[in-house]
Amino acid sequence: MLQYSTAMVQTVLSETDERFELPKIRAEKVDFHYGSFHALKDVNIAMPSHRVTALIGPSGCGKSTFLRCINRMNDLIDGSKLTGKLLVDGSDIYAPGVDPVALRKHIGMVFQKPNPFPMSIYDNIAYGPRIHGIRKKAELDIIVERCLSKSFLWNEVKDKLSQSALALSGGQQQRLCIARTMAVDPQVILMDEPCSALDPVATMRIEDLIAELKTQFTIVIVTHNMQQAQRAADYTAFFMLGELVEFNTTREMFLNPQEKRTMDYISGRFG
Amino acid sequence: MATIPADRTPSTIPTKSKFRWDDGIFRSLTTAAGGAVLAIVIITAYQLVTGSLPALEKEGLGFLTGSSWNVGEELFGSLPFVWGTTISSILALVLGGSIGVMLSAFLVELAPKWLLKPIGFLVDLLAAIPSIIYGLWGILVLIPFLRERVFPEIHAVFGWTGLFGEKSTGTGLLTAGIVLAIMIIPTVAAITREVLLVVPRNMRDGALALGANRTEALKTVMLPYASGGILGALILGLGRALGETMAVAMVIGNSATIESDLFKPAASLASNIATEFGEAGPLQKSALIGLGLILFILALALNFAARMLVARVRRKSGVQ
Repeated sequence: MLQYSTAMVQTVLSETDERFELPKIRAEKVDFHYGSFHALKDVNIAMPSHRVTALIGPSGCGKSTFLRCINRMNDLIDGSKLTGKLLVDGSDIYAPGVDPVALRKHIGMVFQKPNPFPMSIYDNIAYGPRIHGIRKKAELDIIVERCLSKSFLWNEVKDKLSQSALALSGGQQQRLCIARTMAVDPQVILMDEPCSALDPVATMRIEDLIAELKTQFTIVIVTHNMQQAQRAADYTAFFMLGELVEFNTTREMFLNPQEKRTMDYISGRFG
Repeated sequence: MATIPADRTPSTIPTKSKFRWDDGIFRSLTTAAGGAVLAIVIITAYQLVTGSLPALEKEGLGFLTGSSWNVGEELFGSLPFVWGTTISSILALVLGGSIGVMLSAFLVELAPKWLLKPIGFLVDLLAAIPSIIYGLWGILVLIPFLRERVFPEIHAVFGWTGLFGEKSTGTGLLTAGIVLAIMIIPTVAAITREVLLVVPRNMRDGALALGANRTEALKTVMLPYASGGILGALILGLGRALGETMAVAMVIGNSATIESDLFKPAASLASNIATEFGEAGPLQKSALIGLGLILFILALALNFAARMLVARVRRKSGVQ
């Protein structure tokens, strides 16, 4: 770790330091319950726009729960309840009158296991635009090509757009799912351990893709893999037992953790 | 160089297999059970063919193409019954199939969780009601209700199509179709429910995460994912409708005629065999067995077509 000079650390910090960035997603005193289980405890965080924020922590720490609060996917679970404020661009997404269905168009999600729909590659990408009212073939063609190109998949699939998406490899399926998410033009993309079902090569490609995507989207990624957090994320949040223990730039978090629990976790003392 | 010592003792592993009685008996029993299925199909087919030969020899191709069935004149054309069976089954499939699929979709996706079990139980119960009860209910409740309240209204609005005539006794093709529809709902609903329950959650979540509402997720992702299984459910329902005898015989009117008016009495293959067989003469008996042969072939062909269709749908969507 000593091979990084102080100057290098300084430059990186000034590029990505929280103080210089506009928050896209802000949680204020967020508490979340599944029935009687207190899954998130007083979470306060501000995740900057057009950056990658990684959520790390041991299994069951609440990182995935927090991720699924951001697009209100937890609403589907009976007996779940959120208190506090969760703001996207300054407006509370849990305020009365907010339609979670409309919200999810702006906050996309990529799941742990690739989940292409049982339809053609083309129809998978066109699915979102179609349900949001785009019907013209020419318009859909453009969206499909653009999204597949952005997810580095176009060259691999351009000759078999009408084939079933389920015939693709796991890594290709996951890139397809990312492309499908992009097709509805969200502002935020949430990723729930997107590489945990993939081999190292496919994982590397997804990470490259994430680096590319942050120029256009704000990305929040849950990962079990601390190397991945270090490679892919500008910011890292460490969760434990439902609490946000520490939030900092990734470099700072891994070089100089402020909390003992963070240090123990990132040095592999438990996990 | 290493030397391998000689074996110390003769092997203690038994090399001779011991004959076991219970194993032998069990084997023979299971083999017999497997063989019995094959034997039953072959014997049934053989009996149907030989039994119907006298009538087939007399009528020739007319047995299949003839549209008049007149016992007194010894005219045996099977077309009226093929018509009755086909139309009543299709009506049942359209009415009962759509209700069955919608019912399951409602239960699995849209209804509150606590409703799934009790309603599922009631649906299964529907399947356990003997068909004669459906027939009685059809005569006592459904027919008067349709005749007085429903058919006149349908005639008033859709009479111009020629499918719904003015006068009706309440018995007829449509009535049979409705009773059959109710009878196949449990079959279609139970299988569709199972198929929808095993659609991976992340399919639905994927659609919702793209901003689809629950209805859209159901219609555009879950139902297509389950389409192979739902198709199988519909075919099983159709199979039940084709062969149903008692309930149909009680409400269809038993008239060997081909009418486009769905309110008019008709007869199906199965219902006609049931009503005529008891008092039939030798040639008539043979002709009735011929109707049975047609039904048998129809059912086999349907099953075969269903398998092909399900396999095709699965291949197309890529779902295993």
